[in-house]
Amino acid sequence: MDTIQVSKSMRPMTGAQAVAEAMRQINPDVVAMYPITPQTPIIETFAKIVADGRASTEIIRVESEHSAMSATVGAAAAGARAMTATAANGLALMDEIVYIAASMRLPIVMPIANRALSGPINIHCDHSDTMNVRDSGWIQIYSETAQEAYEQMFLALKLAEHKDVLLPAMVCQDGFVTSHGVENVKIHDDETMKKFIGEYKPEYALLDVDNPVTYGPLQLQDYYFETKKQQVDAMKNAKRIFLEIGKELSQITGHDYGYFEKYEMDDAEAVLIAMNSTAGNIKAVVDKMRKEGKKVGMMKLRLFRPFPYEEIAEALKDVPVVGVFDRAESFGARPPLYGEIRNALFDLDKKPDMQSFVFGLGGRDIFSHQIEDAFNMLLDGKMTDETKYIGCRGC
Amino acid sequence: MKEITEIRIHGRGGQGAKTAAQFIVETAIKDGKFIQAFPEYGPERTGAPMKTYARISDSVIKTHEPVAEPDIVMVIDPTLLDVVDVTEGMKKDSILIVNTTDEPEKVKERTGFSGKVYTVDATGVSIDLIGKNMPNTPILGALAKVCKHVTLEGLSENVRHKFLSKIGEEKTNANIEAMKRAYNEVKG
Repeated sequence: MDTIQVSKSMRPMTGAQAVAEAMRQINPDVVAMYPITPQTPIIETFAKIVADGRASTEIIRVESEHSAMSATVGAAAAGARAMTATAANGLALMDEIVYIAASMRLPIVMPIANRALSGPINIHCDHSDTMNVRDSGWIQIYSETAQEAYEQMFLALKLAEHKDVLLPAMVCQDGFVTSHGVENVKIHDDETMKKFIGEYKPEYALLDVDNPVTYGPLQLQDYYFETKKQQVDAMKNAKRIFLEIGKELSQITGHDYGYFEKYEMDDAEAVLIAMNSTAGNIKAVVDKMRKEGKKVGMMKLRLFRPFPYEEIAEALKDVPVVGVFDRAESFGARPPLYGEIRNALFDLDKKPDMQSFVFGLGGRDIFSHQIEDAFNMLLDGKMTDETKYIGCRGC
Repeated sequence: MKEITEIRIHGRGGQGAKTAAQFIVETAIKDGKFIQAFPEYGPERTGAPMKTYARISDSVIKTHEPVAEPDIVMVIDPTLLDVVDVTEGMKKDSILIVNTTDEPEKVKERTGFSGKVYTVDATGVSIDLIGKNMPNTPILGALAKVCKHVTLEGLSENVRHKFLSKIGEEKTNANIEAMKRAYNEVKG
């Protein structure tokens, strides 16, 4: 990223605006809309785009997120390219239909501006909303910057619609930090992006009356189990095809879309793992500490569902100490990302030492000096079996 | 020299501190800079003290944390000097720009900040030229005087680009004139 030059085509945009631009280029047939902070500027910007005649999408204004996802499911089953967007309690309210969308194998793409779930009521960033639906059968892609959130919309769409996948996908960005923060964003050429996603030809459309299908039938002891197993297989395919589509997208954008990004990890004695915008904060600290001769690195996880267990184990096998930064809790259990990473490392003969960190719940700021303290804790071998709560009073 | 210039703007909800940060980075991006602009995310209430941040750099800006040690602090509302510590995190070589009729020496006394202080009567300029109390545009003229990353020409061009279709030729020119006068009248 260091070598990137600012080009004339870069514009100051928020993550929300960047995602709305992706939606303009995708021009979905249907978008169901219901506002919720901090997602609202996504649909607000896109509604303006449609009102200005720059996209021909049919907008459905609904009365709740439960209805937003229901309308999106209906449109997608009919054979439309359908989207909605949400955050936090909106995602929780649509949870029932989120799970159904995956089981109906509808390739819906839903941008998320990650926000803390109530309660107590809070509008700021953490990842409790998307972690709450991590077992819903949706592909989950996380974004460090507005640029990544924009580009990964196309990756998500093409992956979701692939005939061997047919699963819904959420593209996550940090609420406020990314959704409302203005950064340099390069919007790629309209025609190139339209060509990349191609014309949508749904595999099974209710409106294709020559090839009738049934969506959402009752499946009891007879077929429910097989349907679930097919979702399992589709996720396996999604993991493989993610890399193929990522490579194709790289040729347009010049950016890489691996399961994760390795930053200064080659000779690292301590590595921190994070998702979304905090990966950038950690990179800045890695740069500073590397200048001081400290061998630290970072792994930014892009794909959380399906989870790349084997590849993570391979990437971390020679790292002495790994710290995991979770921006969500799993009450009574280990934090979600830490749990997955620990699971991934189980098969290694020589396992790295590990430390769990939880930070930033409810939008609590994370500062460089706190990340530096975390790195120093790992370098000094002061790991504990307990989760460390960064910046939390009384911890 | 420090790679990134970090700016903090103090205002009250509704005074255009967010717009000012947006203007700064829009101008900088046209000059080929990497930028960031974001408010301190809290409850947004008209009249309540609030902060916005901007970063400008020649290379990719990786961090997303709030600006803790600003190089430049701009205070849009002079009454904030008695309400919040506008000098928090400022270093000896940081710059403080305040919208006030006071002399820089007076601001130094009030804030206890011993570094470079500039003052400009952005409120007076805006009432005089724009016809209402909108100090956030003129104070940017003062910023252009002291910050190498932002030029008066760039700001003027951006104001013209953004305002012309919305408020017309006359009011757009008044805003540009206000920035120019603040640029010329800044004390310090």
